[in-house]
Amino acid sequence: MKSLNHRTKVVILTAVMFVLLVAVYACGILISEEAVTGSFLNAKRPPCLEHPFGTDALGRDLFLRTLKGLSVSITVGLVASLISAVIAVLVGIAAANGSKWVDALINWIIDLVMSVPHTILIILISFALGRGLKGLLMGIAATHWCSLARLIRGEVLQLRSQQYVAVSRKLGKSSGWILTNHLLPHLVPQFFVGLILMFPHAILHEASISFLGFGLPPEQPAIGIILSESMRYLSTGMWWIAVLPGLTLVLIVLLIDKFGDHLRMILDPYSAQE
Amino acid sequence: MEQKKETLLEIHDLSVSFRMYDHGLEQKDLKAISDLHLTVHSGEIVAIAGSSGSGKSLLASAILDILPDNATVQGHMHYKGQELTRERQKQLRGTKIALVPQSVAYLDPLMKIGPQADGHYKPKPTEKRRKLFERFQLPEHTEKLYPFQLSGGMARRVLVSTALITDAELIIADEPTPGMSLEQALEALRMFREMADEGKAVILITHDMDLAFEFADRVAVFYAGTTVETALASDFKTGPEALRHPYSKALWKALPQNGFEPIPGFQPYAGSLPKGCLFAPRCPYKTEQCEKQVPPVREIRGGEVRCYHGA
Amino acid sequence: MALEAKNIYFRYDRKQPWILEDCSVRVEKGERLAIFAPSGYGKTTLAMLLAGYLEPAKGQILLDEKPLPKRGICPVQLIYQHPEKAINPRWRLKRVLEESGQLREDVLDAFGIERAWLDRFPRELSGGELQRFCVARALMSGAEYIICDEISTMMDVITQAQIWNVVLKEAGKRNMGIIAVTHNKHLAERIATRTIDLSI
Repeated sequence: MKSLNHRTKVVILTAVMFVLLVAVYACGILISEEAVTGSFLNAKRPPCLEHPFGTDALGRDLFLRTLKGLSVSITVGLVASLISAVIAVLVGIAAANGSKWVDALINWIIDLVMSVPHTILIILISFALGRGLKGLLMGIAATHWCSLARLIRGEVLQLRSQQYVAVSRKLGKSSGWILTNHLLPHLVPQFFVGLILMFPHAILHEASISFLGFGLPPEQPAIGIILSESMRYLSTGMWWIAVLPGLTLVLIVLLIDKFGDHLRMILDPYSAQE
Repeated sequence: MEQKKETLLEIHDLSVSFRMYDHGLEQKDLKAISDLHLTVHSGEIVAIAGSSGSGKSLLASAILDILPDNATVQGHMHYKGQELTRERQKQLRGTKIALVPQSVAYLDPLMKIGPQADGHYKPKPTEKRRKLFERFQLPEHTEKLYPFQLSGGMARRVLVSTALITDAELIIADEPTPGMSLEQALEALRMFREMADEGKAVILITHDMDLAFEFADRVAVFYAGTTVETALASDFKTGPEALRHPYSKALWKALPQNGFEPIPGFQPYAGSLPKGCLFAPRCPYKTEQCEKQVPPVREIRGGEVRCYHGA
Repeated sequence: MALEAKNIYFRYDRKQPWILEDCSVRVEKGERLAIFAPSGYGKTTLAMLLAGYLEPAKGQILLDEKPLPKRGICPVQLIYQHPEKAINPRWRLKRVLEESGQLREDVLDAFGIERAWLDRFPRELSGGELQRFCVARALMSGAEYIICDEISTMMDVITQAQIWNVVLKEAGKRNMGIIAVTHNKHLAERIATRTIDLSI
């Protein structure tokens, strides 16, 4: 067998990561509610073969709970980053295509949003919208678009100064036509890579806001909730409630981050020939 | 004028190919330079003339071993009779072989021009550099500027100075003159001439035919990544009857001052080179042999030609 | 019937000196004007002004005594020096030509553009081949004036002669006005009916 070239390896690796993420997500969905209702007979078990992550104070299996929590996190992360990425594209294009004052206004808003720590802003928005899934989604979506919007704005400005765009204009094409035919196709890779790199941030924020009690309600099996519950038992030596779900979260986040990096490598023309 | 000069650089059957992704995940080798022959003697200016995309700049990178990672080099290069290995290339570049880069992008944007042109040499050649700048009509404060503050023409003159400042025996000038005014360009070329007269050698890479045979001693004609003919510059002034390769003759006839008559067809693309002679598809004299096998290099009337029929 | 620049001034920035000062050029329909100058004389700037890509700070660009139209297909088309920058790298070449409005077979034949090239991407063709597409695109748009900014500088002389011979033939047939910016005196003499030397 001839050895695989770099791009093939990256593509295979990316595919494996993707499958892994989908598997985690699917597991979480497929696990029934009964499976995570525990019995007090099993409470406070350290990790063993039957319960790889141990059980919590109510006797619920932590491995299944973590999986379920992760699938909630992935949903929240995906939806929130999708909304955020769409906002970023719209805002970025508006800034680059509009008049000078539109650009100035948008840049000012971006600076404003970025100057406030995300966590505080998300707490405020989530709280104002009555917490829960909706508040959390809106909070994350409203805070994560800034850097991608900047990137897209720069990209559009650069594209608009290209000679082929100038030629297109002189051939009688309208701004809208140029936007859809010349500019948008160039932004597709930016959009997807930006979206996926935003994803882990969104998940971490979801977990931390839920941990602080401003996000998902306590009955949801979210990672943030598990972690915040674990705080009460840490001092009694029940380390597994905090450590194992926490580690899993970190792993998933790293996985998504790597996935985004690899995707960028595939799509980016500068690293295309490596 | 026929005196035996020392051979400085000798290139035999040099090929450079690039691994490129073709469609999806398949990789393909693109041969950008194929079976190239070039000899440079000390004391002469050799012009390499060809259109953009014919592999001229790659040759410079190959001599200095500054090609990108996905490139592979085959063939032999000898410098002063000794094989030019990677080790030696590393040793020689910047000291004995200097490059005048093609674009302003080769300057460090965060470094002032003066120290940048002085380079790493010890002792600092500041005096010499100031004299060079003066000859190039670069104002005195140029050395305190950053690259982005230079005009295109100024940057070119700085780039040429960075090469002339060294004690190099061989200077490879990659398109040194665009952006310069006529007199600045002439001054730069005069300085190359002086260097050559001092016994050094200059490889002048250019797409400008007029420039090539006005200032060089010999002209190597590039076509699709190879030298089809190396002729004395004077042959180009004499006319097509003094030239050896059908492509050089066609070039001569296509010059605006000579006839402006093109031959039909196109230079083949690096991905789809013909099997035999690279010029065969457009050649009026081609025979079956030309299409089967790459013709060897032959010496005719003091020039080298890669053609079965050239005379 | 003429394209003319009337006493135009231009600079890129208020702090910088004028690149063009009180510059006037006039080219009649059917005339071929070569603007000859070495680098650094604002040739490219003048070409971009004449084609309406830039606005003069003072003075006017007039086509038949009227300002250039701002909308629709411009009757003055500019061809750049570097064809690879003037073509969207993500488009197949067929689309590049179709952008001009119509695909004219006779122009394709005149340039010797092979039909197989139409399905390729720009990176698969050489600069000389791409420049044919740029010129063909301008000719297909039905332009009355074509401004050529060093269009053959980066090409070998054979390609240069190929392209210019087609342009001259087409221009004669349609009675187009041509402004060719070049630093090559021989080329200027060969292609133009009139030459302006900016360096004098």
